[in-house]
Amino acid sequence: MSTFDDPFDADRELSRAGCVCGRHRSAAEHERAALALRCEPVASGEERYEGVVASAVMRAMFPRDAARRAFLKSVGASTALAAVSQFFPLKTATEAFADAGAPEKKDLKVGFIPITCATPIIMGAPLGFYAKHGLNVEVVKTAGWAVVRDKTINKEYDAAHMLAPMPIAISLGLGAQAIPFAVPAIENINGQGITLAMKHKERRNPADWKGMKFAIPFDYSMHNYLLRYYLAEHGIDPDTDVQLRSVPPPEMVANLRADNIDGFLAPDNVCQRAIYDGVGFMHLLSKEIWDGHPCCSFAASREFITGSPNSFAALTRAILDATAYASKAENRKQIAEAIAPANYINAPVTVLEQVLTGTYADGLGGVKTDAKRVDFDPFPWQSFAVWMLTQMKRWGQVKGDVDYKSIAEQVYLATDTRKAMTEMGLAPPATSYKSFAVMGKTFDPAKPEDYLNSFKIRKSS
Amino acid sequence: MTSSLRLRAAIVSIALFVAFVGVWHIATRSTGAVASMSPEYAKLMGVTATAGKSAMPGPFDVGAKLWEHVKQPFYDNGPNDKGLGIQLGYSIARVGLGYLLAVIVAIPLGFLIGMSPLINQALDPFIQVLKPISPLAWMPLALYTIKDSGLSAIFVIFICSVWPMLLNTAFGVAAVRKEWINVARTLEVGTLRRAFTVILPAAAPTILTGMRISIGIAWLVIVAAEMLVGGTGIGYFVWNEWNNLSITNVIIAILLIGVVGMLLDQILARFTRMVTFPE
Repeated sequence: MSTFDDPFDADRELSRAGCVCGRHRSAAEHERAALALRCEPVASGEERYEGVVASAVMRAMFPRDAARRAFLKSVGASTALAAVSQFFPLKTATEAFADAGAPEKKDLKVGFIPITCATPIIMGAPLGFYAKHGLNVEVVKTAGWAVVRDKTINKEYDAAHMLAPMPIAISLGLGAQAIPFAVPAIENINGQGITLAMKHKERRNPADWKGMKFAIPFDYSMHNYLLRYYLAEHGIDPDTDVQLRSVPPPEMVANLRADNIDGFLAPDNVCQRAIYDGVGFMHLLSKEIWDGHPCCSFAASREFITGSPNSFAALTRAILDATAYASKAENRKQIAEAIAPANYINAPVTVLEQVLTGTYADGLGGVKTDAKRVDFDPFPWQSFAVWMLTQMKRWGQVKGDVDYKSIAEQVYLATDTRKAMTEMGLAPPATSYKSFAVMGKTFDPAKPEDYLNSFKIRKSS
Repeated sequence: MTSSLRLRAAIVSIALFVAFVGVWHIATRSTGAVASMSPEYAKLMGVTATAGKSAMPGPFDVGAKLWEHVKQPFYDNGPNDKGLGIQLGYSIARVGLGYLLAVIVAIPLGFLIGMSPLINQALDPFIQVLKPISPLAWMPLALYTIKDSGLSAIFVIFICSVWPMLLNTAFGVAAVRKEWINVARTLEVGTLRRAFTVILPAAAPTILTGMRISIGIAWLVIVAAEMLVGGTGIGYFVWNEWNNLSITNVIIAILLIGVVGMLLDQILARFTRMVTFPE
């Protein structure tokens, strides 16, 4: 039963319970399916707001639904509307409601880095998701993670694409002053890979990798934590046995070709580009380390969220919409073509297709298929935040006692996103914490300190 | 005599250019040698791996791409993809603003330093320390304090291009012939009038040489600053094409940067010729 149902429909229940045909989880879903079949446009904002206000009034006047339906059957819908308008100013209330829901700022700037992780943010522009939610968003390509952070803090961007640990690091004030940031949605899960130079074709056992140089995009990134985890599990200390360098993703392929680095853990389109140009091969997909790991997030400062709540809500809805669209395998090819031009990612279409559809060349002569190579699931599990905090503490990025739960709940907005997803008819999970396994070892979000202490290799501080 | 010299120089230049292009073409010819791979795999790979095409583009690829850009210099496909004309326009505008600021600060301050030995000695250590700092080192500090990437870029141009002008102005002013200053003093000319009618024209060639050096540095700095900060400009264009590993476009951008730099230098050279006088 949705808030948007017609309250003047005598045959409709206004109570909340499934849909009329019984095949959909909610009436909103049922409506959407029915409209899709009839090829009708979805009701505009104003019409829906009218329905919401009228619905609330009718429910208040007739707490028992049977009485409302009997009333409507006896006098008819138009008389009922006239009668109600006599006693309650529906038009004024609708206008007030619509104003309260309208975005404060329609023209927004969202920064992104040109990698496939930002697919939902980027595709919102050419595929019209921002416009659908009443916003005029300019997606601006940015030179690097530090610049994205600075420009979002400077308010040159209203919101931005950031690595999943970055909002946590900024909120904690690691390396700079503490500015509270929040993550309403995770951009992508999986979607990274370890690529090695062609000369290491025969050297694929990580225990042999002492003395090699690896590149990662940024210190506060899932890439850093995943690579360190992978190396540590094979007995290599990432601080003393190998060299980890922060290199911007586009320069990774050139550095690999120039023999400056032996490999990198980077977003899939960078890995695929290295394969496409014949300089590297895919050693391991990141989903083989942790299937379903978060990678990049959509983040905004608390100031923006509290200062322009409706714009933020509309932006979040647009991102959730785009993420849901991108999670379907049949849409991936279209998305690859939409985000390939110079205005967005600026890469050959076939490279992006190989990443998004999961049918790809692996650099060693074989063609592999893995549909979940990159996947899009927007829910910001707070257990992700707790895991990242344990790894930050493990490698000495954050020192002292850490209140895992409260930081996770402040930065990762699981509750608000769950509400938004439910309203949109998507099906969010009921809890905000879940347990998962990284390389076979289970992580229990309720016991972060035990997890942290169970690691043999960590920063000796 | 001069025209014959010019003609011979032109012929040598053209011959050098043709030789260079020839060597370039031979060095980037496709080797054709390629590992065997299934056709399905080949479809997913780029031309370097499938046809042995050199990763470095040849002169004809660059020429073709350059022609494409020249045909439509002012297209605008969105905030991240604009024509080369528009990008160059943004860069030149930023250089203009930063350079103007530098001129407004450097020339009066240079005069002061040149005319007063006390101020010269007092400011000398600061100038010597600040002069060699690279623009890329100023950039993070500027972004952090100014909090606006456009203004930070202009500040960085200012702080890097002010030194040659400042030092050359100071030197030019200090090196004005003592006889002329003495004559002015004999005629009881006031300080300000002396500065404008005697010192300025005398020091003008040196000042303009300093300005010419500064414009070169400003143009150098803007490309680096834009690569770091992004948004619009020829530096951003280079970085955007670098993302796509499109070396062809990077080479074209480099050529255009050189050409525009040369034009800016020639404009200032013309001004210099206007104020030069035989000794």
